[in-house]
Amino acid sequence: MAGPTAAQPAGTVERLDGVVVRFAGDSGDGMQLAGTQLTNTSAIFGNDIATLPDYPAEIRAPAGSLAGVSGFQINLSEARIHTPGDGCDALIAMNPAALKANLEDLNVGGVVVVNSDAFTKGNLAKAGYDENPLEGDSLDRYRVIKVPIDTLTTEAAKDTGLGTKAILRTRNFFALGFVYWMYGRSVDTTLAWIESKFKKVPAVVDANAKALKAGYFFGDTTEAVAVRYEIRKADIAAGTYRKVTGNEAVAIGMAAAAQRANKSLFYASYPITPASDILHTLCRYQSYRVKTFQAEDEIAAMAAAIGASFAGSLGSTGTSGPGLCLKSEAIGLAVMTELPLVIVNVQRGGPSTGLPTKTEQSDLLQAAFGRHGESPVPVLAAATPSDCFAMTLEAYRIAIRYMTPVLLLTDGYLGNGAEPWRIPEVDSLPDLRVEHPKANGSAFQPYARDGKLARPWAIPGTKGLQHRVGGLEKANITGNVSHDPQNHEDMIRLRATKIAGIANDIPLQDVEGPADAELLVLTWGSTYGAVITAVQHAQAKGLSVASAHLRYLFPFPRNLQDVLRSHKKILIPEMNGGQLRFMVQGQYRVDTVGYSKTQGKPFRIAEIEQKIDEVLKG
Amino acid sequence: MSVEVEIAKLTAKDYASDQDVRWCPGCGDYSILAQTKKVMAKIGIPKEKYVVVSGIGCSSRFPYYMDTYGIHSIHGRALAIATGVKLARPDLQVWVATGDGDALSIGGNHFLHAIRRNIDINILLFNNRIYGLTKGQYSPTSEMGKRTRSSPNGSIDFPLRPLSVAIGAEASFVARTHDVNVAHLGEMIERATQHKGTSFVEIYQNCNIFNNGAFDYATGKTTRDDTTIALEHGRPLIFGKERKKGIRLNGLSPEIVDVGNGIKDDDLLFHDERSTEPTLAYMLSRMYHPEFPEPIGVFRAIDRPSYDEMLEDQVEAAVAAQGEGTLEGLLTGGDTWVVE
Repeated sequence: MAGPTAAQPAGTVERLDGVVVRFAGDSGDGMQLAGTQLTNTSAIFGNDIATLPDYPAEIRAPAGSLAGVSGFQINLSEARIHTPGDGCDALIAMNPAALKANLEDLNVGGVVVVNSDAFTKGNLAKAGYDENPLEGDSLDRYRVIKVPIDTLTTEAAKDTGLGTKAILRTRNFFALGFVYWMYGRSVDTTLAWIESKFKKVPAVVDANAKALKAGYFFGDTTEAVAVRYEIRKADIAAGTYRKVTGNEAVAIGMAAAAQRANKSLFYASYPITPASDILHTLCRYQSYRVKTFQAEDEIAAMAAAIGASFAGSLGSTGTSGPGLCLKSEAIGLAVMTELPLVIVNVQRGGPSTGLPTKTEQSDLLQAAFGRHGESPVPVLAAATPSDCFAMTLEAYRIAIRYMTPVLLLTDGYLGNGAEPWRIPEVDSLPDLRVEHPKANGSAFQPYARDGKLARPWAIPGTKGLQHRVGGLEKANITGNVSHDPQNHEDMIRLRATKIAGIANDIPLQDVEGPADAELLVLTWGSTYGAVITAVQHAQAKGLSVASAHLRYLFPFPRNLQDVLRSHKKILIPEMNGGQLRFMVQGQYRVDTVGYSKTQGKPFRIAEIEQKIDEVLKG
Repeated sequence: MSVEVEIAKLTAKDYASDQDVRWCPGCGDYSILAQTKKVMAKIGIPKEKYVVVSGIGCSSRFPYYMDTYGIHSIHGRALAIATGVKLARPDLQVWVATGDGDALSIGGNHFLHAIRRNIDINILLFNNRIYGLTKGQYSPTSEMGKRTRSSPNGSIDFPLRPLSVAIGAEASFVARTHDVNVAHLGEMIERATQHKGTSFVEIYQNCNIFNNGAFDYATGKTTRDDTTIALEHGRPLIFGKERKKGIRLNGLSPEIVDVGNGIKDDDLLFHDERSTEPTLAYMLSRMYHPEFPEPIGVFRAIDRPSYDEMLEDQVEAAVAAQGEGTLEGLLTGGDTWVVE
């Protein structure tokens, strides 16, 4: 079944550096799927891409309601990009609610494709429209393309044997086909996907394929659309690429760490948004001897990971904020027993259930300090979806070398966002092989330490090394239970010194831009993309700005103080109330300017640019 | 459980660690520790193959006294930790020592789920019907009306019946014993080791400090024949000093009858620990003193696949079907494209 190809268009073709497209519809309309398909097709075509899904907490909110609007934004570009874009250039709105909820993000002059069939009296009322926006002049600032998507889809798929309802479920593919036409993309990748996905139900393959092609041909034949757009391949480094979300990159990183350690991965997790995709990905890796365990609760997942690490596997767990709270006590046990394991926290809006499907960076202080007792745990944070892979490996490297639990922070924006990932060479990945101790005739000392202050990882089944670990304070070296006052203080210091020493084993903090720029923008986590882009814009305008992005948050890189002292002003944008700022000011006694955003949405590039201007003028 | 016998014969002493045992003198825990070591020596699996996991409570000091691998963890979580050990390393013998507060109160959720998954571990529940380590509050198995430091006017908490809960969670092996009859205690522990899947043994254990004599009715020489009934597979339920009393079904309820006077053994209820239908085991788990003699012995021992075994099978099946996964294959999985 060959589809229409992206042949040279007959009409006017406008060349663009890039375009930001947003699909919006009911949460059951398949917008995430349409967005993912455009992403895959564009990535394979050779664009640089970045995506942002935006979906409601309700799985199926009432149809046509504002609460149920689900969106997916894709930035596809010829230039290098770091974010899914601020506003969008094209909005595909499947109903009035989708139009209303997203119109404010559409750039002036942008294209809006609406499913005109859905603009019924009832739907308009549900979206809170007093009059039909397609009839007045309220959309004059945009290029509106009205397409009766329901009618055309029904017509296209009428001979497939499916009922009306089932046929209408394919309208996302009609919309996607039309978008492919607008941006000169081939439908072939998606056709192949449809055929493989629905191969057991030929009628569904047929209907989806017909809808997709009908959407494409509609663009080709209708005179309603005068312009098509062309976005050429991006100039990106040579290599083999695949598209990954942050959650997938974490999962691949975990499985890769186990391969490099020559161990089996054990991942225990309790389902929680937005972290569940890590579990979904890992449970398909059984042929890599990955064992996943869907535990009865967050605590059990953490506890099982501890058990697995004690037994010699790479124990790991993943969660989001509320789950991290539940795991805290058991993380303390991992600190006391000094066992290597990795905890991934895909942060979301909090406190409590908060905004479960929206992004935030508000668990930094919890990660660094949120346990009882003196309980130091290294904290790392990934900057981009593909960086989640590298930082997961880094988390295991530190966990194994220092015999400690490690917390890796990502967030909903990274976890669900996608970008192309250049697949690394196998040999470039860290060697994580472990030498477990064997009996040597003398009494085994489970809390003796090496030069890095790490204790030995003796695993069950090793003759002569039987030993007990546990939550009670351990006597230095022997590991026996000890209530001795001085020993407790010594052990607290040993654990703290061990973790602090990791600063000598991580890269120095680098700075993008002049080392003596007047303003340093200091960031961590997913704000990287928007900030680096904004800083580049500011530098292009001639402003004295540099940026530093932290991947290591506890301990900080050992030169951070010098970096901070080299700039007159420091701006710290965060998707929280100022948590990194609190840590930096507390540790280095420097003045900084905070910039908080807690709207469940990432920073826009323009917001950061504006703030940079403001701080430099102030 | 797979049993690989070590050539050099070990004794119970070999399973003792070098740590001083710090339970109160006279505590029932001592006899459980002694019998466990004895059984381990008897079945002859090397010490390094054992991992003993516990939570918090008096009973949870258990791992420190065994010369095996061990984890003395946090309150209530022993079963979740043991699950991780066993799933990661099915070759290990995993034991859990827990108490009525640890397993049934703070750790109640893990108790249900370990049992329903039938993870191949042995759970020894030291039931003393009191919180001992925190110095004497009522526990989930304390009787109604019990006066303790946290219930001066009598407990108004209805007690859990541990065996009923375990059976409700589809336990494949359930037994009860007590700390005084060491031969029976040893026998039950040994049966637990032989069972594949979760073995759950409730041990009546006397806390001589905070709940002394709680089980005197069941363990006292003069009373135990009338207050307990020993379960034997395929045998009628007969008890009493003279072995003249029996349990008979009256409709769906058990009743005590005098054997003789027209009532023969065949009229009594016969024990069947292998019944796949849990009704009989459940009914026995509901028989409590003083209305009934309390059953001791194996209530239920059935074959059911264990989670750890099935997980291992899935991994092996995936490897067989897709080949041993390589790092190269992992990284390049999914749709890839080449940029020249």
